[in-house]
Amino acid sequence: MEIAIPQSPIAERETYLNAKYGVWSWLLTTDHKRIALLYLISITFFFFIGGFFALLIRLELLTPAGDLVQADTYNKLFSMHGIVMVFFFLVPSIPATLGNFLVPLMIGAKDLAFPRINLLSWYLYIIGGVMMLYCIFTGGVDTGWTFYAPFSTNFSNTKVVEAGLAVFVAGFSSILTGLNFVVTIHRMRAPGMTWSRLPLFIWAHYATSIIQLLGTPVLAITLTLVVAERALHLGIFDPKLGGDPVLFQHLFWFYSHPAVYIMILPAMAVESEIIACFSRKRIFGYTFVALSSIAIAVFGFLVWAHHMFVAGISVYSALVFSFLSYAVALPSAIKVFNWTATLYKGSIHYDAPMLYAFGFLGLFTIGGLTGLFLAALGIDVHVTDTYFVVAHFHYIMVGGAVMGYLGGMHFWWPKISGRLYPEGWARLAALIVFIGFNLTFFPQFLLGYMGMPRRYYDYSHMPEFQVLNVLSTAGATVLGVGYLLPMVYFLWSMRYGKPASDNPWNAAGLEWKTASPPPTFNFDEEPVVTWEAYNYEELDAPPHAQEVPVAR
Amino acid sequence: MLNNFPLWPQQASTLAHRVDALYIFLIVVTGMMALLVCVFVIFFAARYRHRPGVLAEQIEGSTALEVTWSAIPFLIFMVIFAWGALVYFKERTPPADATEVYVVAKQWMWKVEHAEGQREINELHVPVGRDVKLIMTSQDVIHSFYIPAFRIKQDVLPGRYTVEWFRATKPGVYHLFCAEYCGTQHSGMVGSIVVQEPAQYEAWMNGGSTGPLSASGEKIFAELGCATCHRTDTQGRGPNLQGVFGHPVQLEDGRIVTADENYLRECILDPGAKRLKGFQPIMPTFQGLVTEEQVNALVAYIKAISTTKPADGAKTSASAAIQEVPAKAQANSAQTKAQLNAAQPNRIQVQ
Repeated sequence: MEIAIPQSPIAERETYLNAKYGVWSWLLTTDHKRIALLYLISITFFFFIGGFFALLIRLELLTPAGDLVQADTYNKLFSMHGIVMVFFFLVPSIPATLGNFLVPLMIGAKDLAFPRINLLSWYLYIIGGVMMLYCIFTGGVDTGWTFYAPFSTNFSNTKVVEAGLAVFVAGFSSILTGLNFVVTIHRMRAPGMTWSRLPLFIWAHYATSIIQLLGTPVLAITLTLVVAERALHLGIFDPKLGGDPVLFQHLFWFYSHPAVYIMILPAMAVESEIIACFSRKRIFGYTFVALSSIAIAVFGFLVWAHHMFVAGISVYSALVFSFLSYAVALPSAIKVFNWTATLYKGSIHYDAPMLYAFGFLGLFTIGGLTGLFLAALGIDVHVTDTYFVVAHFHYIMVGGAVMGYLGGMHFWWPKISGRLYPEGWARLAALIVFIGFNLTFFPQFLLGYMGMPRRYYDYSHMPEFQVLNVLSTAGATVLGVGYLLPMVYFLWSMRYGKPASDNPWNAAGLEWKTASPPPTFNFDEEPVVTWEAYNYEELDAPPHAQEVPVAR
Repeated sequence: MLNNFPLWPQQASTLAHRVDALYIFLIVVTGMMALLVCVFVIFFAARYRHRPGVLAEQIEGSTALEVTWSAIPFLIFMVIFAWGALVYFKERTPPADATEVYVVAKQWMWKVEHAEGQREINELHVPVGRDVKLIMTSQDVIHSFYIPAFRIKQDVLPGRYTVEWFRATKPGVYHLFCAEYCGTQHSGMVGSIVVQEPAQYEAWMNGGSTGPLSASGEKIFAELGCATCHRTDTQGRGPNLQGVFGHPVQLEDGRIVTADENYLRECILDPGAKRLKGFQPIMPTFQGLVTEEQVNALVAYIKAISTTKPADGAKTSASAAIQEVPAKAQANSAQTKAQLNAAQPNRIQVQ
């Protein structure tokens, strides 16, 4: 857990990075920026664990026969890939790192409302993470990340209780982050920072926090019931004791569908900031983009049973949930249209963050539009539980959320580290990720409609699926390279990158009005806001053209 | 022609064309939406790329545009929604006269029993051009009965029946997959749907058949001593089961439910849960005493005696018995318990 602290050439200025030294100054910090970095290191660690599992899954599926690992091992791989990626990477990814770092900066606050609770939330995450690692290293879990009963409660012989408790604990970390953001956004805004002047990043994080606060407790309850049912045979989900296995699915998806919005809303948050900056424009339809985040948070709670159209629910409830699913698709469409309209008559720059933003637009649009297929009842019956679903949610949760995360990392890295990364490499990485991603997941749409069920370890009965699987595996290796590259040049830039100016992109927003990296309490004097968000008419174009990214 | 298109599985049921038609419509519509966004993004990105000295033009937004690009997609969504719902209703409404096949799923195989008599494992033979209704349950975890060539899928749950139906249109052998993750050999829980010409199918059905499922049900019904209470007149301690299937019945708590497969199944395994009005709670549970296959046979038998002797003879039907028999049923309850206890050893043997 060692942090390489950049050797600032202008050593005299005190920043949050050099204010204190030593391990304890990090492990006991209450500075939201340092906690954001603690999160960054932890989620990157889990991202590569989850990524390693994904790579093994793709390698196994290279050939139809089950020849790389055992069936049980494969089942554990996709289960732990899902659990690690969802609960230990995607849910905390943008909110706990970029959100943690930027929410106070963007609203002109010194810190979050509850700095110690912020630290507690990281410790809860770490405790959950260590429990998950314990689960992985003592045999793993094979229920899928969905923990469906009665398989998880009565049949699986793996570490279900351990995994359930790990997610349970990590869930509280997420609840506390949400709580902290809601209170901070309500109470800590700088003078003049009205709701209508808030950056859209804040609006989307506010919506995300509401979901975290209201949804995650339901997940905690559900997992508690699974653990209790497994240990005590209560008969909540077991039909032999009068329970109902479909009840589990209702409870699980009541959290886990809104959880998709916990992952994608912050990526949309990042998207709005990047597009505004590199088009040098105010976001088109600010109010609609802001309110669409809230609409997604509200409607997101009303669509959970669209995961259950063939699970044995009634035709009429299926109708209602199908209808509501189209209702929740609308605010996402509105966002995409507004971002597109923002480009109109802009002055567009193609820096690395903008390339990621373009990538996000493309992948999220495909992910969103294929959601229309799944919400259509008649088609869902055919494609649910096939690779079509796998492709769809990866386009949203990886194509959308991870593209947003990487775009945000590139946009704010100069602020976070005080250094510039090599622009050429960053553009190359954006391109590799985009190509690798599409090569990996687009064939899976076709596989899904062909009928290949998900979570199949062996498809030797249907060798016709192999060509598309080979394409997908090839894409996964490209994607892997695309994800490794930024980690390499970000680390490299911490020592060798050119020092960043306070506002290297000439971007609007309070976070750019303080030093890079910022001092411990963010602003030397409390800012007073007298302007609207995205006042790009008052800012010059970014000075990137004449800059060479490497120092000396 | 479309059957040779490589991007979807064969179309071998009456539903396949309906699903594919909607799928093609969606590809066209979403493709146009994606193209529209893509064209605008690329055009704007190229046309309005940064040029020194040219400033961006600040535009606040446009409510008219927002309304337009909310309303048009919403209308398109509603078309997709309605079309999807129509296909789904078709998929979810088995025709009344469909041939019935009972499916029992377990880790990791499909056990199939035709109402007409044949039994199979991991295979299902069906004739071309006949409606087939699958009545499915699971012995352990949740499975899902998925036939891509027919475009149908339905989860198979422990503790209750779920139903799906199809009408095959083309002879051939098609994939059967378990589509709900069910443990170690999930990907081995695959099989074949064999669609045959009617003549071939008849020949297959008559080869080594064990007789119709309802006949085994009748045997089990006798062996378990069900007939001691469920008599074929109005004098039994339990309701007369002739003509009960498919008709509304009144429960002790006043509710009226339809006596469908799930209701019959529940009455066998948990008789207290939905007891008929006017009858004493004297029937013991058969949970754990009969296998899923035996429950299926019993249900098939009760259905058979309901269709051969329809409910028009009011006095023989259970729904009519509700009003007339209570006193009699009450009087005999003590005696019944003793008899049922005596019958227990038989039941265990049967299992």
